[in-house]
Amino acid sequence: MSLIWSFILIPFIAIGLIPLLKVRMKAIVVYTAISSIAILTSIEAVKALLGEAFDLVLVGSYISGPIHLHIDALSAWFMLIINFTFMTGGFYGLFYMNAYKNQPNNLSLQAVLFVLLHAAIISLCAIQNSFVFIIAWEIMALSAFLSILFDHEKAATVKAGINFLIQSHVSILFLIIGFIWVASKTGSYDFSAIRNYSLVNPGIISMTLYLVFFIGFAIKAGLVPFHTWLPYAHPAAPAHISGSMSGVLIKIGIFGMLRMLLIIPVDYVIIGTIILVISLFSGIFGIMMAILQQNLKKMLAYSSIENIGIIGIGIGLGCIGLGTNNLILSSLGFGAALLHTLNHSLFKSLLFFTAGNVYQATHTLDIEKLGGLIKRMPQTAFLFLIAALAISGLPPFNGFISEFLIYTGLFRSLNNTSVISLLCIIFTITGLVAIGGLAIICFTKTFSVVFLGNARHTFRHEVKEVSLFQLLPLYFIVAFIAGIGLFPQIFLNLLIKPVQLFTSLHQLPFVSFQGSGVNVLLSFTYSSLYLILIVLILLGIKKLVLLKKINPTLSTWGCGYTAPTSKIQYTGNSFSKTYRDLFGALFQTSKKEKKVQGIFPANAHLETKAYDKIEKWLIDRPTIDLKYFLGRFLFIQNGRIQSYVAYGIAFIITMLILSVFRII
Amino acid sequence: MLSLLLVTLTSTFFTGIIIRTKSLAAGRKGPGIFQPIKDVIRLFKKGSVYSETSSFIFQIAPTVYFSSVFIAMLVVPVGQSKGIISFNGDFIFFAYVLGLGKFFSIIGAMDTGSSFEGMGASREALYSMFAEPAFFILMGSLALLTGFTSFQGIFSALHLGSSISYALAVLAALVFLMIAMIENSRMPLDDPKTHLELTMIHEVTILDNSGFDLGLILSAGYLKFAVYGTIIFNLFSGTIDYAYAIPLFFAIQLFIACLVGVIESFMARFRLNHNAQFIVVLSSVSLLIFFGALLVSGKFI
Repeated sequence: MSLIWSFILIPFIAIGLIPLLKVRMKAIVVYTAISSIAILTSIEAVKALLGEAFDLVLVGSYISGPIHLHIDALSAWFMLIINFTFMTGGFYGLFYMNAYKNQPNNLSLQAVLFVLLHAAIISLCAIQNSFVFIIAWEIMALSAFLSILFDHEKAATVKAGINFLIQSHVSILFLIIGFIWVASKTGSYDFSAIRNYSLVNPGIISMTLYLVFFIGFAIKAGLVPFHTWLPYAHPAAPAHISGSMSGVLIKIGIFGMLRMLLIIPVDYVIIGTIILVISLFSGIFGIMMAILQQNLKKMLAYSSIENIGIIGIGIGLGCIGLGTNNLILSSLGFGAALLHTLNHSLFKSLLFFTAGNVYQATHTLDIEKLGGLIKRMPQTAFLFLIAALAISGLPPFNGFISEFLIYTGLFRSLNNTSVISLLCIIFTITGLVAIGGLAIICFTKTFSVVFLGNARHTFRHEVKEVSLFQLLPLYFIVAFIAGIGLFPQIFLNLLIKPVQLFTSLHQLPFVSFQGSGVNVLLSFTYSSLYLILIVLILLGIKKLVLLKKINPTLSTWGCGYTAPTSKIQYTGNSFSKTYRDLFGALFQTSKKEKKVQGIFPANAHLETKAYDKIEKWLIDRPTIDLKYFLGRFLFIQNGRIQSYVAYGIAFIITMLILSVFRII
Repeated sequence: MLSLLLVTLTSTFFTGIIIRTKSLAAGRKGPGIFQPIKDVIRLFKKGSVYSETSSFIFQIAPTVYFSSVFIAMLVVPVGQSKGIISFNGDFIFFAYVLGLGKFFSIIGAMDTGSSFEGMGASREALYSMFAEPAFFILMGSLALLTGFTSFQGIFSALHLGSSISYALAVLAALVFLMIAMIENSRMPLDDPKTHLELTMIHEVTILDNSGFDLGLILSAGYLKFAVYGTIIFNLFSGTIDYAYAIPLFFAIQLFIACLVGVIESFMARFRLNHNAQFIVVLSSVSLLIFFGALLVSGKFI
């Protein structure tokens, strides 16, 4: 009980104190609040992960009914991820926000929201009562919305914020529909009521119920075609907010899908196939769009969509495995999904934080204006490189481990399945490989355009590395990335309990990953260490060899051209040109061109911008049509009080007539 | 251990044979088959020139590239003898570790700030992305056929029984050969001997490398060829005895090297914009193999 009280009191005290304090003290209070909540909840989470679930029933109110709190291994896994991201993100944010210390009011709001966001997301993992769940969900949505608006003097930021607000309420709408549906049938808001209801009504009803929840959570997770808010919201928010948003906020959507999977018994094969197809599509579409982006953070947002796709592929395969009683596929699918959730929160928040460093140093996120930053900001470049390697799924980093688990699940279930699921498997493999290859294009492009070569733009201010304290949490994240990559066994062992929750849905006898052929992970450690060893040995030899030689530094070979400028370098856009030409039909590309003409040509110029085709057809077009349609009714809103009174009277009379004739 | 020895040995003369075949086909005498490896040794003894634009990425990229190919080589078995690294799903590791090398070779090229190298890097990233699905579908079909998920398991259980499986093995060998050509940036896609930077892919990305680094990159290329040759050999080796397997190994490697030389001599390079189609065809052929594997394993009908 004292745990709950302290969990509620800490944010309240912090929120009350923050506006009254000086800037430096605000930072201390925020960080203390975040860390104390994190420590409190992590203790319970670790206990739950080791097998001792946390259960508590609060009395609640007349409306909500008793509030059941429950931390099982699944909640625990997500809670730990959330706490880690908020701890590192919060620490980073303290220094990132230093640049804005002349706006104390704005900072107070930001600090309050950060605490609220953390508390709301954490509580979502434990609440088992739909009424309170929606309230916490709303707190999360609103505090994220206001955090995005930090830079509210820019029109683009406000637009992105509103976009986020509307879309997260569409998500809430779906959740409310699902919850009220059950509550109206059973009279209870408790999650166990949802389970009982769907047990009584199996088949199409519980399937529809799951799909309603799925859409609600998919909007939050950013699965295509529900992704359109992400590429706007992420770039607009301050770096530590985008990092935590991409790291954990969208993962809460994944958590929701998984939680509902545990609660609602459905036909797992059908649901699994639906999730798999949507996720594959998200993965490929996300990364394909990411390659074309010129805004660094927007690129990262699209890449988040891709990674959510990979997580979804894991969930989908896990479900199919459940439905077909395929223990290997099921355990590896869910295991990979959960591990990738952790992995993505690590490298994506790292990428957002380094993007924040770049923004802080250069005040721009347009990658075509950057270049050569590795010489000014070597540490940021190094950190970005590690994250880029990890997110491309390359060994010896963590992204590879989760993708490897998915592949293993797929390849190992080739032999005991029907033709249909074989085709499913082979297309998933192809899709996953394509995602991996495209990710390499995407991140080689971004890393090299931002950090390598020569600067493409001269900044009026000095471009310099951020402070060491600000880099500290980033190195901490890198340690985890390398740790999971080199010693995956440790983390996989922690996943046994959460995965067991799912396999026990079909009474599959899952005890550990060892039996399902993942004991290969030990040889993995060896191979990664070999790789590192060989690289080090070769570098040593090279150093020795070059020591005695003359190694002149000259300019880059220009094929005889002696006056190269930084402008002739490949830009991000030209790097992706070959790719864009091939897949041009899939994107909406706008081109502004002024050609080189005549003997003495004037200034020529070419500008290409990619636009999301799905957004155009799913969001923009319907919005325009709706506006046009509603515009037809503008005459009703004519500004005359008399008309408005007349509407009221007309309404009352209609109601009276209807009730007289007992229609309502 | 045997595989390490044999593959390294092969890599010393593989490219030499390709060059020799090409010169013979062109009516020249040509250099000795160990000339490429002599070139590499010469390069190892030289100093390096570094561009003032480049950073530490450019300095470590060739090393990481070579190491990735080296590790990939450790994964590949030769006949009965396992690779040094061998586990279930090792071919996934194989492909991804090569991907790591590619990642570094691309960013190494971009580090020079040269527009030529940028062009090469962009093309290399795209084309190698296309080659991967073919490899995975192919390995998937072999895994389906044999029920194993490691190189060693798959190759030792690959019995060539029916006529369909012979056809499959030949097709698979063809696909592997083509993947090897793409991975090594050889003829139908890329011409290593061209002198126009605008049409080069791999060669143009290493314009600025010199000395030790260039030596590493070249020897990684030789290793890669030998590795793919070994994989093709494994398709046919089955469970035969070492006394026959080792001569067969060299015979097949020799044959492949000659074949590559002949292809390069008598085939024109594709137009750049046709490359993508060619690679997609490769994936389709491997899908064909997959359906063939379905047929053999009796999953159809």
